[in-house]
Amino acid sequence: MSECPANLKANPVLSSWLRLDDQPRVGVRSGKVELGQGATTALAMIAATELGLELDQIDIMVADTAHGPDEGYTAGSFSIEHGGAAMRWAAAQLRELAAQAAAHVLGTTPDQLVVEAGQFRRQGHNEGVSYWQLRDRINLDVSALDLPAPVLHGGTIDDGHLQRPDLVGKLSGAGFIQDMMFPDLLHGRVLRPDHPQDRLLACDEAAVKGIEGVVAVVRDGHFAGVVAQTDETALAALAVLRKSAQWQRQTELPPDDGLNGWMDQATPLSTCFLDEPQPETATHTHQARYSRPFIAHASIGPACAVAHWHDGQLQVWSHSQGIYPLRRQLARTFGLDAESVNVTHAHGAGCYGHNGADDVALDAALLARAVKAPVMCLWTRADELSWSPFGAAMRMELSAGLDGAGQIVAWNHAVWSPTHLARPGFGDGVNLLAAGDLAQPHPRPPLADAPRPQGGGDRNAVPLYDVGARKITHHLLPQGPLRSSAMRALGAHGNVFAIESFMDELAMLAGRDPLAFRLAHLSEPRARGVIGAVAKAAQWDAQDQGGEGHGRGLGFARYKNLGAYCAVVAEVEVAETVRLVKVTAAVDAGEVIHRDGLMNQIEGGIIQAASWTLKEAAGWTQDGFKTRSWADYPILNFSEIPAIEIVLLAPEGAASLGGGECAAGPVAAAIGNAIAHALGVRVRDMPLTPERITQAIHA
Amino acid sequence: MVTTQATGPDAQSRHLTINGTAVNLSVDGDTPLLSVLRERMDLKGSRIGCTEGYCGACTVLVDGKPVQSCNTPVWSVAGKTVTTIEGADRHPVLAGVQKVFVELQAAQCGYCTNGIMMTLAGLLAQSPRPDRAHILAHLDERHLCRCGVHVRVLKAIDRLLAQPEGASA
Ligand code: FES
Ligand code: FES
Repeated sequence: MSECPANLKANPVLSSWLRLDDQPRVGVRSGKVELGQGATTALAMIAATELGLELDQIDIMVADTAHGPDEGYTAGSFSIEHGGAAMRWAAAQLRELAAQAAAHVLGTTPDQLVVEAGQFRRQGHNEGVSYWQLRDRINLDVSALDLPAPVLHGGTIDDGHLQRPDLVGKLSGAGFIQDMMFPDLLHGRVLRPDHPQDRLLACDEAAVKGIEGVVAVVRDGHFAGVVAQTDETALAALAVLRKSAQWQRQTELPPDDGLNGWMDQATPLSTCFLDEPQPETATHTHQARYSRPFIAHASIGPACAVAHWHDGQLQVWSHSQGIYPLRRQLARTFGLDAESVNVTHAHGAGCYGHNGADDVALDAALLARAVKAPVMCLWTRADELSWSPFGAAMRMELSAGLDGAGQIVAWNHAVWSPTHLARPGFGDGVNLLAAGDLAQPHPRPPLADAPRPQGGGDRNAVPLYDVGARKITHHLLPQGPLRSSAMRALGAHGNVFAIESFMDELAMLAGRDPLAFRLAHLSEPRARGVIGAVAKAAQWDAQDQGGEGHGRGLGFARYKNLGAYCAVVAEVEVAETVRLVKVTAAVDAGEVIHRDGLMNQIEGGIIQAASWTLKEAAGWTQDGFKTRSWADYPILNFSEIPAIEIVLLAPEGAASLGGGECAAGPVAAAIGNAIAHALGVRVRDMPLTPERITQAIHA
Repeated sequence: MVTTQATGPDAQSRHLTINGTAVNLSVDGDTPLLSVLRERMDLKGSRIGCTEGYCGACTVLVDGKPVQSCNTPVWSVAGKTVTTIEGADRHPVLAGVQKVFVELQAAQCGYCTNGIMMTLAGLLAQSPRPDRAHILAHLDERHLCRCGVHVRVLKAIDRLLAQPEGASA
């Protein structure tokens, strides 16, 4: 790489990335935050590699908008690809600055020096000088753009046994935002309705004010909440407030038929972004429709934030994925300059996209405005499961033409979905839940979705296969019955499920083995590489006819068509229930920085995707949200976990790509295909529940 | 002895032992044990998950048995012994579980993990030690993980079961 990475270009001052602390430590600060996936460990490893240090010499400094760097959102599997590239470059520049200073001190030239454990030595000599001895000679308040491109050592210090420093603390005590302690901390809770279209008209604030331990009742338009000495009191006060609440319903919800029937009534914003002239050589055509429902983030920890106003300045601690966008949105909501708001990142429970983290930050800020002390606001489990944005529902219609030789010559893919990207800061407006409820409301930004090439509802809508003439249409729907935004893999989960199910259907029509059929339409070497690797690891047998309840299926995608390659074979046993026996995956995520961390991400991605695909659907009734507790939203449990085998391919010289999201689509498709292989009937609507399978058998 | 101040209508003094320390609590008897641990004792390693008995993030040991502290009223543990993850140094089986979890990096966000480790410590300290199927059934009943680290948790269980009974860290 010879060009300064974009994230460093945007934040070129080296001191916002790196700090020489007391010997033997170096502090690193990244704009990419820890979301429970171990990203900061991998970034620290990159810095250690370039600096010639050990991992335990690196202190990961808390990301904070007052100190930079601004790397936007930690999302889309870009932490390592983009954040890592910037960190590597910045650390290499620090090493070169230090080498120059060391050369000066040692009376030699930098190219004569080696660095080991932070010590620069002339080759073959013992005496040396360390980063810390050179501290006064190294100016980190320089722009990376004013320095020459550094030599990047590349690679990783991973010896296979490295452990995440943050986990040690978490696994023995405090470590999360919910655990923060301040001597004068107050506790806040907010009142939210049970129906997505209800708004608060009135509630008995006076009754709550009288409760011992209640410090403030906050009411602003349709927003209401309580602040109390303890969280128990806040919860008790919230219950009183809820009893007295009067709600006004804006609109009724369309019925939930579990198959996205509501989409028929919605008017989409349609874009046909790929439209190649269709040939006339097709002798067979086939079409099918697939769907997935809304899916909940269902974080194991409820959304939480701490806010503190002092001298007109707002300090917020948040587990947001984007502390800078959040800072700007909070400033806009309160009519402040961005500089008057500081957002400091704090670790939350596992985050898989745009959950309630940003919304609760505004809640906390609104509550804290009424008092002088810091306020911790915590969402209830019910609100966590229903007021966090959902992963968007999707409908996919595919059709294709095969020629006489069984090759695909034409391919149509149309996808209908509400937005997959309503993060704060995208578009003109304020995308924080309470902002629209205030007496002076802030409108939401206009309808939009994640732009291509990454895409939102159309993410991975373009097949990677050589399919002749392609026509791809994205129908962006207005907000559906449930609020939707980014959730792990965005539209890739639904689109890849559809494409890969359809490939199996076409293979069957052509009388070909699904694996051979895919390879006959796939020229990209790395794509073929993962398919070949998974076939070998899973001992794919083209002769296996399946049936009698036992089946195996294949799924493949390159995430976003520009990220990691992933091929999956799922084995199922179907009787009264679907038992996922084994999932084998082959992943090519380029250069691997932290092998165990990447494996952990892929394993987790496989299990979560299996859970979505087999069990999960967020629905509603005329009374409102259907997901108010874990009892309403079952996820995969321990005895349902398949055996998992992962093969990592890392072609020489290939840049690092994130791995956390690449398995979502392939896993869904592999399971669907395995069920079809086991039973001879196909279920095209997720979740692939026993009821739906029974229906398909009897259809 | 740690004493905390009285609040609530039916506040009365209750004695219990938390991680080896005798504690004299003056709280409303219906206060969930989780709130006592987190808010009064500053023991934050037991997590707030659902507070309704589904996810297990709040699991602690009461007289050695795993219980969900979010739906355990403090009156019911008066006179008993409570162990949280912060008490691992006094509970060799728990310390052993923790060691294996760190070695295997059997966590992603780690929010669910302490509860799972408490349950495993409680079960593995029983005599006779329950088998894998029993442990899985127990986890199914009482624990959720959203990050999908189940495979690693299962590996940790297998490693722990392979250690001789009564073995510790
Ligand atoms: S917090 Fe106790 S079971 Fe969920
Ligand atoms: S590790 Fe995050 S919920 Fe289990």
